[in-house]
Amino acid sequence: MDSPNITSATATELIESLQSGSVTSVEITQAYIDRIKAVDEKVHAFLHLDEEDMLSQAKKSDQRRERGELLGQMDGVPVGLKDVISVEGQPLTAASKILENYISPYDATVTRKLKEAGAVLGGRLNLDEFAMGSSTENSAYGPTRNPWDLDCVPGGSSGGSSAAVAAREVPLSLGSDTGGSIRQPAALCGVVGMKPTYGMVSRYGLAAFASSLDQIGPFAQTVEDAALLLETISGHDPLDSTSYPSDVPSYSAEINLPLEPCKLGLPREFFGEGMDDEVRKCIEQAINFYQAQGFEIVDISLPTTDLSVPVYYVIATAEASSNLARYDGIRYTSRSERAENAIDVYAKSRGEGFGEEVKRRCILGAYALSSGYYDAYYLRAQKTRTLIRNDFDQAFTKVDAILTPTSPTPAFRFGEKSEDPISMYLSDIYTISTNLAGLPGISVPCGFTQSGLPIGMQLIGQALKESNLLSIAHVYDREHGYGRKAPNL
Amino acid sequence: MKYEAVIGLEVHVQLNTQSKMFTRVGTGFGQPPNTLTNPVVLGLPGALPVMNLEAIEKSIKVGLLLGCKIAPVCKWDRKNYFYPDMPKNYQISQFDQPICEGGEVEIEMPGESPAVMGSHRKVQLTRIHLEEDVGKLSHYDSDSLVDYNRAGCPLLEIVSEPDLFSPDEVFAYLTSLRNSLVSAGISDCDMEKGQLRCDANISVRPVGTDTLGTKVEIKNLNTISGVRNGVEYEIKRQTKAMLEGESIIQETRRWNPEQKYTTPMRTKEMAHDYRYFPDPDLMPVKIEQDWVDRIQKELPEKPFDKQRRYQSEMGLPYSSTSALCGDRPLCEYFEQAATLTQVPAKVANWVVNDLLRELSHTREGDNPTSEKITLDNCKVSPQSLAELVSLIENGTISNNVAKELFPEMFSTGKSAKELVKEKGLEMNSDGDEIEGLCAQAIANDPDAAGKFRGGKEGAINALKGAVMKATRGQANPKVVDDTLRRLLTS
Repeated sequence: MDSPNITSATATELIESLQSGSVTSVEITQAYIDRIKAVDEKVHAFLHLDEEDMLSQAKKSDQRRERGELLGQMDGVPVGLKDVISVEGQPLTAASKILENYISPYDATVTRKLKEAGAVLGGRLNLDEFAMGSSTENSAYGPTRNPWDLDCVPGGSSGGSSAAVAAREVPLSLGSDTGGSIRQPAALCGVVGMKPTYGMVSRYGLAAFASSLDQIGPFAQTVEDAALLLETISGHDPLDSTSYPSDVPSYSAEINLPLEPCKLGLPREFFGEGMDDEVRKCIEQAINFYQAQGFEIVDISLPTTDLSVPVYYVIATAEASSNLARYDGIRYTSRSERAENAIDVYAKSRGEGFGEEVKRRCILGAYALSSGYYDAYYLRAQKTRTLIRNDFDQAFTKVDAILTPTSPTPAFRFGEKSEDPISMYLSDIYTISTNLAGLPGISVPCGFTQSGLPIGMQLIGQALKESNLLSIAHVYDREHGYGRKAPNL
Repeated sequence: MKYEAVIGLEVHVQLNTQSKMFTRVGTGFGQPPNTLTNPVVLGLPGALPVMNLEAIEKSIKVGLLLGCKIAPVCKWDRKNYFYPDMPKNYQISQFDQPICEGGEVEIEMPGESPAVMGSHRKVQLTRIHLEEDVGKLSHYDSDSLVDYNRAGCPLLEIVSEPDLFSPDEVFAYLTSLRNSLVSAGISDCDMEKGQLRCDANISVRPVGTDTLGTKVEIKNLNTISGVRNGVEYEIKRQTKAMLEGESIIQETRRWNPEQKYTTPMRTKEMAHDYRYFPDPDLMPVKIEQDWVDRIQKELPEKPFDKQRRYQSEMGLPYSSTSALCGDRPLCEYFEQAATLTQVPAKVANWVVNDLLRELSHTREGDNPTSEKITLDNCKVSPQSLAELVSLIENGTISNNVAKELFPEMFSTGKSAKELVKEKGLEMNSDGDEIEGLCAQAIANDPDAAGKFRGGKEGAINALKGAVMKATRGQANPKVVDDTLRRLLTS
């Protein structure tokens, strides 16, 4: 295999080539490193790249292969990680200045699982600071650009993870999704991105944004690759009390089993105003495809849809205000040089170390939890969250999965929404309720605009039924494979 | 006008669990700074808490011991505030659903003398909740250092109602609570190691009224005497202020143990808003009745119940029971020895006098290299003590000889029988031999003999002493006494 073939291949294809001996992990890893060097100046998906370490991991994988001692199916395949996932000995900045000099002394559980599967951990991927944002413009280290149009955002917060896969800088990557942070950038960059059921993937080692919503998930060119990566990182973890004690099926095998056509729901509240016409057109084509395959399309209602954005911004900011308190300039975070007393250390280190959006959300969240306001904001938001979850429970008595656009618009231009937080918050309107209900959701590329920007459709499944959701997505992706199309860079 | 004090205590007790409250790192005192840590203890990005079963179990145990209602479900809340001793800048605690509610602590006030039992009363509790401890700060000229070894250790906060009315009651409350917790194996409650810490809420009011005055919270009461002195000082300060027509400000004050006064820390207006909310990283814990029942079955006898049993069933004097009952291993030792004899009160006497004295000698540190001896490694077993007491009871040795033997048994581990045989110390009850010696003693000391005959009872002791000296203490004192009296009056 030559370099262009390597970097355009899917992970599944790379695994086949590794198995047949037509390529080594060192060759694969080197090809990606070369690609990163060639295109990342434009894309800026990476915050940190440890070439030597990657090649040494690849070499060890090749040696294991020679000895016939492979660790797992992903042995030798590179995976990029969003810079909120801990890897022992590697930096973890969360794209914040406050963690500029922090090196993680331990592995996240997903990191350990990838290492145990033999994956080559390659590079730290850019994001909105502490995963707060929908455009990756909030990174303290500069934005990531959309590989399909460098003047457009890649989405966020996992914009580095989606752009790196789209730009063919890695075959697979991990992101985290709190209100759409995997699915929205996947849609905007034309790749597959999935948020599993809350509790399917351990959060241990993931720098927390909003603990009750955060979930790690995969990015890939295809649903099949996403299934492969997901089954590698899923499973119960005794180090995460919110992790489900359930077995992990082999998703990558199950999606290739024959699937009986089932019922797909279209929530009418999602198809109202605010949706871009080209997005609508692509979604309608996808609906037609499923219908032609024998799927039944059902009109459903999720009446609390309009409450999800406000509920989310109370719960997520409340949890964040507490989760981010540890970044205080006392221990491992950068301390302000202007600090003259203890209060200064807190106020100035945090004032200088955090960006505007992070400060905005910490203040909002602290306010929502304040005595006298708790009942009106946090408690009421939690109650409304239950209503949102009930809506989905109700819907799933009628349908097997829900089909919606992932994002109301294709990728927008830099600066277009960054001055207006509310319009930025609304770009997650289709994805947020999934997190509030703890359900799995996947974004699958479903076409392009006339100007060549990717469009994604979202499928939302029932809790813990990842296998079913992936299978439904695979039916479409296997036929269309929009994610296999690469941008010209 | 006369004023009375009303006091409520918040007592923090460190549970002696194997590992910390939310992670598998050991607990311990005196380790090098920051060695009992890991990503969870240090609150590193991405670290998550996992609840320690032992901490919940021990909390339930405390609740049952103190007669609390155990919550069917308890949940964990974050208490948010910034302080460098707290790695996450929030403390995982319990806000509105504590693990235990209600309950009471039985206290005993000092009696007229140490030999007389004082009055008993039950002090009402409000609640008990479980939380994680914080680290320890030390301040230097230009720096402050922090040690997170203690951070994340399970800590019980036992909150009393405003149901204490004097420094003596506060002292009695803490003593009783400590005895209960130590004897149940919950905590060592060593205040010097910070295993038991106390804050007091104090107010004063005119005697005869039943509304509460403005309360002041006193912090930094770090020793039992510190609590007593701090509370005493604060009551005086408030009473004086009231008498002088000043009003009390609701505030938190700090006890200064060196200068012996309290100084203001913060007023009500400066109080923190802790922004409590349920910790999304932890699931609520359901406490099934089966679990509570099982712990209830394993519950040890409460110290005061034990004390009452020793008095009524075993006939122990109050002074012995009060020395025994705060110390559960000592009670177990005593009971083992006592069941092997017919004279539990005498065994108790040996335990609280001789055994405790020998144990305390080894603790006083005259010889720093010598091993500290505790009940666990004590060479005098309960069986061996019972044997010693039996030798006295059956007349083989005198009480005096036994008193001399005990330290040797303690240091060598030899049994009383062995030592008696080795040293030939068996008591001499040979009537003829003793009669001869008695006659000689009377002949040698006609003065004493005359005084005794003249009605001076105490004069007989000089004669007894002479006989005992002649037999190196082995003569049976009862036989000597009888013989002397017979010879002197015949």
